[in-house]
Amino acid sequence: MTFLTLDRVSHYYFSKKNYTKTLDNISFSVKEGEIVTLLGPDGCGKSTILSIIAGIIKQTTGDVLIQQQPINKSESSIGYMLKQDSLFPWKTIIDNVLIGPKIGKNQTEAIIGEASHLLKEAGLINVTHLYPISLSNGMRQRVALIRTLITDPKIILLDEPFSILDYQTKVKLEDLMLRFLKMYNKTTILVTHDIGEAIAMSDRIILMDANTRSIEKTFEVPLELRDEAPFSVRKHPKYQLLFEKIWEELEVNMSKAKIVGQLNEA
Amino acid sequence: MWQLMILVSFIALWEISSKMYWVNPLLFSSPSEISSMLLKMFSDGSITTHIQVTLLETVLGFLIGTIAGNIFAVILWSSLRLSRILDPYLVILNAMPKVALAPIIIMAIGPGYVSIIAMGAIISAIITTLVVYTAFRDVDSNYEKVLKSFGANRRQIFREAVFPAALPSVISIMKVTIGLSWVGVIVGEFLTSKEGLGYLIIHGFKVFDFPLVISSLVMIAICAAIMYKIVEYVEKWLFKISN
Repeated sequence: MTFLTLDRVSHYYFSKKNYTKTLDNISFSVKEGEIVTLLGPDGCGKSTILSIIAGIIKQTTGDVLIQQQPINKSESSIGYMLKQDSLFPWKTIIDNVLIGPKIGKNQTEAIIGEASHLLKEAGLINVTHLYPISLSNGMRQRVALIRTLITDPKIILLDEPFSILDYQTKVKLEDLMLRFLKMYNKTTILVTHDIGEAIAMSDRIILMDANTRSIEKTFEVPLELRDEAPFSVRKHPKYQLLFEKIWEELEVNMSKAKIVGQLNEA
Repeated sequence: MWQLMILVSFIALWEISSKMYWVNPLLFSSPSEISSMLLKMFSDGSITTHIQVTLLETVLGFLIGTIAGNIFAVILWSSLRLSRILDPYLVILNAMPKVALAPIIIMAIGPGYVSIIAMGAIISAIITTLVVYTAFRDVDSNYEKVLKSFGANRRQIFREAVFPAALPSVISIMKVTIGLSWVGVIVGEFLTSKEGLGYLIIHGFKVFDFPLVISSLVMIAICAAIMYKIVEYVEKWLFKISN
């Protein structure tokens, strides 16, 4: 069943004399429980798509539908996780996790129980009454993940959540995140420029083109890879194969960009 | 240790140079003369009303200015349109020396305590508005993004993210405005008053009683330092309860 649909979404940034295209004619749909990755170089408009789905910015043309409903009606059912953990430094870990329910006036016993269950799963049960400052980056990002999950959003948007972590912490967090996402059967959109991360995490990879600001190509991740954990999947032969395919595509893209750039200069 | 030594040697040097006529003792007086004068004025109670009046005016001016400035900053934050419209006026008001407004305030409100308190309040309200509003605006927008994704409204965003994040600036500007309130009040007292430390300074100046001028200055310095310390304690206390 189609859960999220983007139908010919474009976004322009208008200045006084001119306008710039930040997104051009983006159409794709995501099934319930599916994890889709938007992959592409910096500045290709990946994060803009997330902001549009989250309702933080408005698309210029086109429709975004969640369960056939326009987005602005179901704003609160979206979980958004950013590059920086954006934990509130003046709140304890448990208060940070419970900020969503607090905003929604929904701080029930059940939710609090669920929060401590998730914190335990993530190995954070001993730090619930500390402040974010005393946690490592990896731990903070795990807290941010739980904060996102606790409101039980319909869709989870992940904006390069691993980019500031070191490699080992990153792979471990990928493991935990994938486990949580599968456990709750969450529909997820991940934004990244890391090919390996895209393959390890997702069911489908949408490659974006930085020049045209549109979708370049879509790759289905082989079923064998989807069931593997992010750590072991990186050793799978099919992983290498897909990695090289995507790499080539990105290379072609970049050389095209160079030619376009040279033409523009001439 | 060094701090104390500077104070002691300054007082000693002052005393000696006055006694040795290096400086004119009639103009610069001497620490011994000032302290005996202060003692006399405290024992016969002639200075206490002046101190009380000035302290009350300053505290009221400071509190009103701080509260009004913060409220105004919240209003500006909650309406982007209003803040855009008022921006140039705030800049002008901030750039202008507020003490220059004193005669107008006195004419408008009438001479007396109220206009002196208004001086103390205005001088601190405008800078508080500007600094606190800027602090609100500069709060990391990711906090807002996160809260918005949970469906928070403006009020919730303010309470959960903007205000706590800006609290350090709110307090640090209080440390500045406590001094500014003194400026406003003393200038106000210069212009229109029959009581207060500012009045004593002007009075002493007019009748050539310079020990009186310097005694009043010493009292102002002591009171201002104490008030600054109180704000500092409030700051520490606030950080303790917010953590």
